[in-house]
Amino acid sequence: MNAPSSMRSAPAGQHASKGAIRIQNVDKMYYAREGAVQAVSDCSLDIRAGEICMIVGPSGCGKTTLLNAIAGFHDITGGTISLDGELLCGPEKPKAEPGPDRVVVFQNGALFPWKTNLENVAFGPVMQGKMTWAQAREKARGMMADAGLVGVEHNYPGEVSSGMRRRVEIVRALMNDPKVLLLDEPFRALDSLTKSVMHEALLEIYYKNKVTIFFITHDLEEAIFLGHRVAIMTTRPCKPKKILEVDIPHPRNYSVLTSPRFRSLMEETVNAVHEEAVKAFEAGEKEM
Amino acid sequence: MSAVVASAARPRPRPGKSIFRHHVVRAVISIAVFLVLWELGSRLKAPWVGDVPPPTVVMNTWLPLLTDQGYWYSWYQSSRRVLSGFLAAMLIGIPFGLAMATSRFFHDVTFPVFEILRPVPPLAWVPASIIFWPTQELSITFVTFLGAFYTIVINVLGGARSIDVRYFQAAQSMGSSSWDIFRRIILPGTLPSIVVGSAVGMGITWEVVVAAEMISGGGSQAAGTGGGLGFFIWNSYVGGSYEQIVVGMISIGVAGYFSSELLRWLGKYVTPWLRVR
Repeated sequence: MNAPSSMRSAPAGQHASKGAIRIQNVDKMYYAREGAVQAVSDCSLDIRAGEICMIVGPSGCGKTTLLNAIAGFHDITGGTISLDGELLCGPEKPKAEPGPDRVVVFQNGALFPWKTNLENVAFGPVMQGKMTWAQAREKARGMMADAGLVGVEHNYPGEVSSGMRRRVEIVRALMNDPKVLLLDEPFRALDSLTKSVMHEALLEIYYKNKVTIFFITHDLEEAIFLGHRVAIMTTRPCKPKKILEVDIPHPRNYSVLTSPRFRSLMEETVNAVHEEAVKAFEAGEKEM
Repeated sequence: MSAVVASAARPRPRPGKSIFRHHVVRAVISIAVFLVLWELGSRLKAPWVGDVPPPTVVMNTWLPLLTDQGYWYSWYQSSRRVLSGFLAAMLIGIPFGLAMATSRFFHDVTFPVFEILRPVPPLAWVPASIIFWPTQELSITFVTFLGAFYTIVINVLGGARSIDVRYFQAAQSMGSSSWDIFRRIILPGTLPSIVVGSAVGMGITWEVVVAAEMISGGGSQAAGTGGGLGFFIWNSYVGGSYEQIVVGMISIGVAGYFSSELLRWLGKYVTPWLRVR
């Protein structure tokens, strides 16, 4: 399953021209039973067009809050977020409009259980009025085949394995031709073997599509293996604590995991992550 | 990768499926044992069941009734009332529940009244509905309707509200309009609850129709023939035929069973994605 060596390793941001997210001084305050909670505070992060940016942080640190703000599911209380220079949300417009240029792949998956895998994948372009169902199904079949999803088109999501479901969902997101893919711990519920297969599958899909990926995870190994950069976030309120450039060239495959460079990157970051995890644990953070 | 896909694509064929599957055999045995115990209990004058006519005697009363038009007319009458009350409850209850689930305003305006009326048992409506409705037929159907209506509305409302918010978010970010979200997310997402609500509601309509027929005298001009199964039982009681009372009771059981079975079948048909679990 090694990625073909003919595939060139494009440094992030050099070939892709779309999908740069600029997060500037973002604040997010919300009101819970225990009072006002500062989930995100003065968070600034530039995500380059076409890069895989991994967001690592302890549970409940506000990573998902950030993702929800970019996706347009929730508002922000300060700062601005823009995509390719266009303002998504800011002081005048606290909540971004959800749209097909920023599609989310959710933590526990959100394939519609009442639609077959093929119908799920075909869904977006039809909703946007870009294609008829027949055209969308045709394209969906092709994209599913590219991702190794043959023979499950007419199954319902509940009929296939969870790893397969994840792949269907990523393909469904890509069908919308998004500028940014927002992944919220998509492989969290998978066992480690399935996870490793999914990592390579995701990279394969990425090499074909070169879309910006904003990927939230707890898993440092996953973060370094996949990402061009890894942003380690502080515990609540969330902002980048350390940004790590992963200088291991793409395309990567699993042999990278045993390389000395990978190990040294792990060592470089593991302390920073652990520190925040301890702080979060001591503060008694719960999953949000 | 292709090997993985191929094996997951087609479920393995099931081992030889015969008509005499375990659950069918068990069902037959269970009914047979029940009948034998009943027969024995009745013949041996056991306490509690001693006064109930034994199944063999009930059968002797039942067999001639099978060719009796009046008996089948009772079936027809009750079924018609159940069906019309039930369909009315679906036609009004499903949109009503969906409207409550999707519109905060509609919910706030209608829910208090709904919740005050809901605990009123359908049978408590019988006298009032006889006064309100021009014919007894309509009043029985109305009471039947009430039996299913509340259950369907509550299930639709609960079902629509429990749809995972991620489905809405996913649909939204893929550019769905409000109408698309209603049609492609809320409606199919509520369907399993509609099926459950209907099955429960159908059970209640049978309970209600029989009682309503007894109380209202069957809404019939010619007593004993046009009154439905509830009146059939009542009439048998008045006439002192214990065997016919039991025949009437079993008939209702059978009718209710087949209605539920039909609904279950329809339910599976409209929610094919749930079959895979």
